[in-house]
Amino acid sequence: MAHDHNVNPNAPLEYQSETGRLNITGFWTFLGAEIALFSTLFASYFALQARVGDGPTSNEMFEAGLVMIMTMLLLTSSFTCGIAIHEMRANNKTGVIIWMIITLILGAGFIGYELYEFVHYVHEGVTLSTSAHWSMFFILLGTHGLHVSIGIGWIILLLIQLARRGLTPKTASKVFISSLYWHFLDVVWIFIFTCVYLMGMVN
Amino acid sequence: MDLKWNEFIITGDPLILGAQISILLGSIAVVAALTYFKKWTWLWKEWLTSVDHKKLGIMYILSALLMLFRGGIDGLMIRTQLAKPGMEFLDPQHYNEVFSTHGVIMILFMAMPFLIGLINYVVPLQIGARDVAFPYLNNLSFWTFFVGMALFNISFIIGGSPDAGWTAYTPLATNEFSPGPGQNYYLLAIQIAGIGTLMTGINFFVTILKMRTKGMTLMKMSMFTWTTLITMLIIIFAFPVLTVALALQTFDRLFGSVIFTLQGDGNPMLWVNLFWVWGHPEVYIVILPAFGIFSEIISTFARKQLFAYKAMVVSIVTISVLSFLVWVHHFFTMGNSAEANSFFSITTMAISIPTGVKIFNWLFTMYRGRITFTTPMLWALAFIPNFVIGGVTGVMLAMAAADYQYHNTYFLVSHFHYVLISGTVFACFAGLIYWYPKMFGHKLNEKIGKWAFWIFIIGFNVCFFPQYFLGLDGMPRRISTYTEADGWTGLNFISTIGAFMMGLAFLIFVVNIVYSWRFSPREKTGDAWGLGRNLEWATSSSIPPHYNFAVLPEVTGLDPYWDMKEKGLDQQKNVDYKPIHMPNNAATPIIMSVIMGAAAFGLVFHWYWIGIIGGIGIFITMIARSFDYNDGYYVSVEEIKETEAKANK
Ligand code: HEM
Ligand SMILES: [Cu+2]
Repeated sequence: MAHDHNVNPNAPLEYQSETGRLNITGFWTFLGAEIALFSTLFASYFALQARVGDGPTSNEMFEAGLVMIMTMLLLTSSFTCGIAIHEMRANNKTGVIIWMIITLILGAGFIGYELYEFVHYVHEGVTLSTSAHWSMFFILLGTHGLHVSIGIGWIILLLIQLARRGLTPKTASKVFISSLYWHFLDVVWIFIFTCVYLMGMVN
Repeated sequence: MDLKWNEFIITGDPLILGAQISILLGSIAVVAALTYFKKWTWLWKEWLTSVDHKKLGIMYILSALLMLFRGGIDGLMIRTQLAKPGMEFLDPQHYNEVFSTHGVIMILFMAMPFLIGLINYVVPLQIGARDVAFPYLNNLSFWTFFVGMALFNISFIIGGSPDAGWTAYTPLATNEFSPGPGQNYYLLAIQIAGIGTLMTGINFFVTILKMRTKGMTLMKMSMFTWTTLITMLIIIFAFPVLTVALALQTFDRLFGSVIFTLQGDGNPMLWVNLFWVWGHPEVYIVILPAFGIFSEIISTFARKQLFAYKAMVVSIVTISVLSFLVWVHHFFTMGNSAEANSFFSITTMAISIPTGVKIFNWLFTMYRGRITFTTPMLWALAFIPNFVIGGVTGVMLAMAAADYQYHNTYFLVSHFHYVLISGTVFACFAGLIYWYPKMFGHKLNEKIGKWAFWIFIIGFNVCFFPQYFLGLDGMPRRISTYTEADGWTGLNFISTIGAFMMGLAFLIFVVNIVYSWRFSPREKTGDAWGLGRNLEWATSSSIPPHYNFAVLPEVTGLDPYWDMKEKGLDQQKNVDYKPIHMPNNAATPIIMSVIMGAAAFGLVFHWYWIGIIGGIGIFITMIARSFDYNDGYYVSVEEIKETEAKANK
C-alpha cells in the first residue's frame, strides 16, 4: 500500500507494518458483515422453524451425543488456535505450526461429524426439500460448515507460507487474521448449538 | 435444462434482433479498433489491471453511463407502450421483462456504480491519500461488478430476461411461476455484483478511517467523505442480507429447497421481508453520497462553508440508523398487524426530520452567498425543490392507512422517481460535470450543458408529475396496457413526451462529452473552477499524477484547500520529495471475475458441471493470490521531480 514504510517495531509482529494494521482493521470490518450475514440466516431459520410441513420436527432427528462431540471439537480448536497465536507472540514458528495443525485436525474432525450427520439425515429421508424448516437447517449449518472448510484450506496455505518464509510482519498478520476468523466461527457455532440444537430438542 | 438452440438465443422479436445485431457490430468494431490501433496492451496495462482508484473510478462511471443508456432505452420502451390505450408495441411478457430489467439496471448497475465511481475518484483525494486501503480489492470489486452487469445484460439475448419485477417477489419468482433461466440470471448476476459492492464497502470504510492525511480528524472531513463513510457502513450491514436472500432463492430455484415456495410449508413473505431489509437501506445507499455531492457543489459555488456542518453529520448518522428500521413500509398492505404498521409508519416519518434538516442547511449555505450559476450548481439547485416533492409524497405514503390507496399505483412510481432521479441521477450528473476537469483535464461545455440541464429537468417533471395524478386516478403500476374507458390517456401521453425529453437531454449530454473533448480549453491548474475548497483541488496538475500528492498535504481545519489559498500556501511545491510506495497492477481479479461469470452462466442453465469447474477455478486464483507476496514498488525522487516540474509549467 502507499504507506508501507510506516513500520512500528514495538508493536506485536502482526501490527508492525501499515499493511498488517490495515488488513487487520479490514478483517474486523469484514467480520461485521459476516455477523450481518449469519444474523440474517438465523432470523430466517427462526421464521421457518415451525414450518415442518409433512416432515419430522427437529427433536425427532437431533442426537445430543453427536452434537456434544462436535461442540467439544470446535471449542477445543478455538483454544488451540489461541495457543498458536500465543506462540507467535513468543516468536516460536514451530510452536505456531504445531498448534495450528492440531487446530486443523480438530476442525477436520468437526467437519467429518457434520458430514456424517447430514448423510445420516438424508438416509432417514430428510433433505433440503423436506420442508422449509429443513431447507433452512441445511443452509444455515452448511454455510457455517463451508466457512470452517474454507478456513481449513486457507490455514493450510498460510502454514506453507509460514514454513517457507518464517515469521515476518506479513505472515504474522495473515496468521493472526485467520485466527480471528476461526474464533468467529466458533462463536457462530455456539449460537447454532444453543438456538438450533438445544432449543430444537427442548421444543 | 433441455433447451433448443432457438430458445437459448432469443429469436423472433424484431426489437431484440435489432439489439443483437447492434451489439454484434459494436463488439466487432471495438475489437477491430483496438487491434488496428494496437491498443490491447495499453488497455490491459493502463486500465483493466490498474489498481489506481482514479482509473477504476472512470471505468465505473463509463459502465454506469452505458447502463444509463440501456436502462433508459428500457424506460422509453415502457413509456412508448403506455403512450396510448391498447398499444401493441410490447406484448405483456416482453413488457414484464422490460420493467424488471429497467429497475434492476437503474438501481444496481447504474446508480450504484455511478456513485461508487465518483467516490473512487474523489474520496482518496479529499482525504489526502495516495490510494485506498486495499487497492487490489478495489480492482476486484470493479470486475465483479462488471461481470455481474454483463451477465445480467446478456439475459435478453441468451435465454430470456427476468420478468418478476426488480423486487422479484416470491411466489411469483419461484420455479412454479417463473420457469426458465431469466430469474436465475437475476439471482446470480446481482449476487456477483453484490459481493463487489460489499468489498467496496469494507475498502472505503477502512480507507476513510485509517488513511486520512495528517491533521484531518473526523470532524474535518469533507461532507462527501462523511456521506461516503456512512454509506459504506450501511453497505457493510445491508448487503449481506441481500447476499443471503439471493442465495436462498437460488437454492429454491436450483437445488430444490422449499424456503419461499408454496410447497413444503415455505413462506413467500420471508423473501419480501429480506428483500426490503436490504432494499430500504439500499435507497439510502444511493441517496447519501448524492447529498454529499450536492453539499460540495453548493458550498463551492456559493463560496461559503457548509452551513451547520455538525448538524449535517448528525443527520446523516441518524438517517443511517433509521434506514434499517423502516422496511415494512413497502408492504403495509400485506397482512401485518395494526401495531406493526403503526410502528413502521412512525419510523418512516421520522426519517423526514433529518432529511429536512439537511434541506435547510443547503438553503442557509446559499443564503448571502455569492452564487455562480455553473451547470453543476444548476443541477444542485434543481435538486432541492424536486427532491422536496419526492420527500413529501414519501411522507404521504408513510401513512399506513393512506398507503392502502396509493400502494402499487403510479403515485408510488412517481414518488420513487422523484427521489431517485432528482436525488441520485441529478447528483451523478452534477458530480460528473463538477469533477470532470479533475478526471479529464478539461471542462464540459457549459452552454451545451445548460441545454441538457433544462431539457432534462423540464422533461423529468413533464414525465413524472402527471403520474401522481394517474396514481390517484387508480392506475396500477406494472400493467402493460389500459383502455380508453379508464380515462388515463391524456396524462399518460404527456408523461411519455417527458420521457423522450429526458432521452434527448441524455443524448445532448453525450454529445457534450465528445464536443468538449475536441474543443474545450485544457485546464492548467489543479483548481479548475478556481473556487475549490477540498483537497481534491490541491493537486499540482489538473489531472492528478498517479501518486496523487508528491507531498502529503497537512490539514488544520474544514475546507483545507480554501484555507491554503487564503494563506498563500502551496504545499505541493515543497521540494523535499521522498520515494513514494505504490501498489502493483493486478491481473488475478479480472481472471477470477470472468471465471465467476462463466460459472454463474452455467448455473443459469442448470449446467452444474460448469459451476463446479468454475468454483475450482476461483479457488485456484485465490490460492495464487495468497502466495503472491508482491509488495508494490517505489516511485523514485527523479520521477516525482520530473512529473511535478511538468505539472507546474
Ligand atoms: C422522506 C423520505 C422518504 C419517505 C418517507 C419514503 C417513503 C416511502 C414509502 C412509504 C414507500 C412504499 C410505498 C408503497 O409501496 O406503497 C416508498 C417506496 C419507495 N421509495 Fe421512498 N421514501 C422516502 C425517501 C426515498 C428516497 C430518498 C428514495 C431513493 C433515493 C426512495 C426510494 C423509494 C423506492 C425505490 C420505493 C419503491 C420501490 C418499489 O416498490 O419498487 N424513497 N417510499
Ligand atoms: Cu423504503
